[in-house]
Amino acid sequence: MNVERKSEAVKRKHLAPAAAILATGALVLSACGEAPEDSAAGDGGGDNSDYKACIVSDQGGWDDKSFNESAKAGLDMAVEELGIDHATAESSADADFGPNVDNMVSQGCNITLGVGFLLEGAIHDAAEANTDLHFGLVDATFTDDDSNTVELDNGKPIIFNTAEAAYLAGYLAAGMSESGTVATFGGIQIPSVTIFMDGFVDGVAKYNEDNGDEEVKVLGWDKEAQSGSFSGDFENQSQGQALTEQFISQDADIIMPVAGPVGLGAASAASADGDTSIVWVDQDGYESTEYGDIILTTVQKEIATAVKDTIAQDVEGNFSSEPYVGTLENGGVDLAPYHDFEDEVPEELDAKVQELKEQIISGDIVVESPSTP
Amino acid sequence: MSESSAAPGSGASAEVIGAGETSGTGDPSTGGRQPARRHEARPGVLRDILSGSWLVSLLSIAVGLLAGAVLIAASNESVQETLGYFFARPADFFVTAWHVVTEAYIALFRGAIFDWQATSFVRAVRPFTESLVAATPLILAGLGIALGFRSGLFNIGGQGQVILGAILAGFLGYWLTLPAGLHLVVAVLGGIAGGALWGGIAGALKARTGANEVIVTIMLNSIAGYLIAYLLKQQWFTQSGSANPQSRDVDATASLFPLLPDPFRLNAGFLIAVAATVLVWWLLERSTLGFEFRAVGENPHAARTAGISVGRVTFLVMALAGALAGLAGASQVLGTEDKLTIGIAGSLGFDAITVALLGRSRPLGTFLAGLLFGAFKAGGYTMQAQTGTPIDIILVVQSVIVLLIAAPPLVRGLFRLPAPAGKEAR
Repeated sequence: MNVERKSEAVKRKHLAPAAAILATGALVLSACGEAPEDSAAGDGGGDNSDYKACIVSDQGGWDDKSFNESAKAGLDMAVEELGIDHATAESSADADFGPNVDNMVSQGCNITLGVGFLLEGAIHDAAEANTDLHFGLVDATFTDDDSNTVELDNGKPIIFNTAEAAYLAGYLAAGMSESGTVATFGGIQIPSVTIFMDGFVDGVAKYNEDNGDEEVKVLGWDKEAQSGSFSGDFENQSQGQALTEQFISQDADIIMPVAGPVGLGAASAASADGDTSIVWVDQDGYESTEYGDIILTTVQKEIATAVKDTIAQDVEGNFSSEPYVGTLENGGVDLAPYHDFEDEVPEELDAKVQELKEQIISGDIVVESPSTP
Repeated sequence: MSESSAAPGSGASAEVIGAGETSGTGDPSTGGRQPARRHEARPGVLRDILSGSWLVSLLSIAVGLLAGAVLIAASNESVQETLGYFFARPADFFVTAWHVVTEAYIALFRGAIFDWQATSFVRAVRPFTESLVAATPLILAGLGIALGFRSGLFNIGGQGQVILGAILAGFLGYWLTLPAGLHLVVAVLGGIAGGALWGGIAGALKARTGANEVIVTIMLNSIAGYLIAYLLKQQWFTQSGSANPQSRDVDATASLFPLLPDPFRLNAGFLIAVAATVLVWWLLERSTLGFEFRAVGENPHAARTAGISVGRVTFLVMALAGALAGLAGASQVLGTEDKLTIGIAGSLGFDAITVALLGRSRPLGTFLAGLLFGAFKAGGYTMQAQTGTPIDIILVVQSVIVLLIAAPPLVRGLFRLPAPAGKEAR
């Protein structure tokens, strides 16, 4: 025992100076800046510091490269522009939703936004118990016990008819495909995912209708049967890679992953193949990912703008519980620019896509999906 | 040179403590009749305290909170800013870091025990009940894991067993129509059966074929995860008109009844956790079956020689451990969540392992460890919401605690405590 202690002591004695030198070195290198002048911290924008906007994520967290991240970006924009106070809470399990929302209520948040349909229960309960506060729910509507949509006086659903933009993407992909096969897959089979896939399939069908001689096939989703390929979660990128490799081996050359970060796996598989391109979803993938050179376009879902607008309305005292539905018409959903593919998309195809967009906005074409909000 | 100068320094504290107690307090067990033996055994009150495992637990918690404090300070932007001009005005750094850390831990306390800044009395005392709510499933699943540890089985399948318990309890809770009371009993029994089934499969495979329970239970976790994902896509199972993967709400007749009026969420699940703790204590410490469990845990070969059926014990332990984890699942779906979702189990099955480790696999220890981690959980919500401290820091604090508990010599080394008498490093 004594021997052990001795050797331990020796080690310590040698380690300590080494650690001290390292630490000092690090400090010297990093800590020589000037001390700032004392001044009251003034934020840009207006001053609404007595207003507090709060937001609760689902399990994806704020860095999910998908709707949680977009919603948080919306809050950050609102904080910067309006000078409001804010609080955020990430959930790591379903059991966290209730306590997280409750904590927002108890610190007096003027508006509390929940991200994702899983938050419906927690936000719904809190809204009924606190009629003096405002609430919002991103990507889902409020429902009763029998899953019928209900309206709350102090709760605003923020939802998106992404099928409209996905329809354009489907048409574009069908026109751009050289192999005559395109594909899509989702993360988990939930309405906010399958609505993309429904629109995409319908867009391809529209292209086939317009160009009778060539039949473009869609792999990964059967709209009639509402069944298709799913990676199983919004995390496992290798699963997205494996699915994409299967699609490529079945001749697909344009693939739309609707699976948040799992899409990165799809992009990496497509990038490795070289002849395959990707239709990204949610935020413009040309800017948010490193795979810009293979991203044909993005089915954009402007969650950030919608969240910011909702908060801004409430700050001005114009809160309304009427659902916000993002469409092509109000710009809540849209098709992103083609970026690197600008020169490759034939002019008549682009013109046709723009024409379809006008027709959808005017109501001449109605994109339908069982998941339409 | 350095060896000779360092050794006495580090050895001295242990020697002094040893000398102090032998000469000072005396020794009741030997009564001073055998002075020669004193040197070997070195018992004594002070030594007992210093080498006691509960002191190691307390110190581990202290070190864990300290590590958390460092992380809270390091991850805070304003603290990082003051580091940039540390040499120009070092006081800024210390003041800001102190401020940030105390604020975070005060919020943790206010979220876990008592919120003196709350607007009403109910709000002020609610945090403690929230800690109990968060602790309930941790205690139940932790007891299941502890039972396995005591019997020499590494049950990593808590997660799957919780999920199966939740599936059965929830389904019976909204599918059946029964009078209040009876409905609750049936649903809870369903939860027990679901967990016991999942644990029993692993137990039977181990008993019959010698399959490694660690591998089997991990695989069963995956199967349970995909099973619930599949079931929640089936309309006959969810009984709801929603296209989202979630079930209908559990009927009021099957809900675990609240122990306090409305804003409180504390429910009968906590009573089940208390009862289960007593039951597991009785089973392990007072019953013949529990004796067999522990005998197999200590030495399966000796137990077999003594006439204990190791296979039977293995199966029973796994089934009982599963039943307890299943109860945890039932308490979630019938107590707080009201409906089945894919993430109903969270990471309960894995958190339960840390609870059992912190509780040293003793029923009372597991109960207290569950309370502590429940308090961390409830306080973590407030800490995150009010101070913007990332909730992951709570996980790090918990992990550091368990890491230190699993390696007591490390804590003894850190604080220069003597090793327990009569034992090598535990």
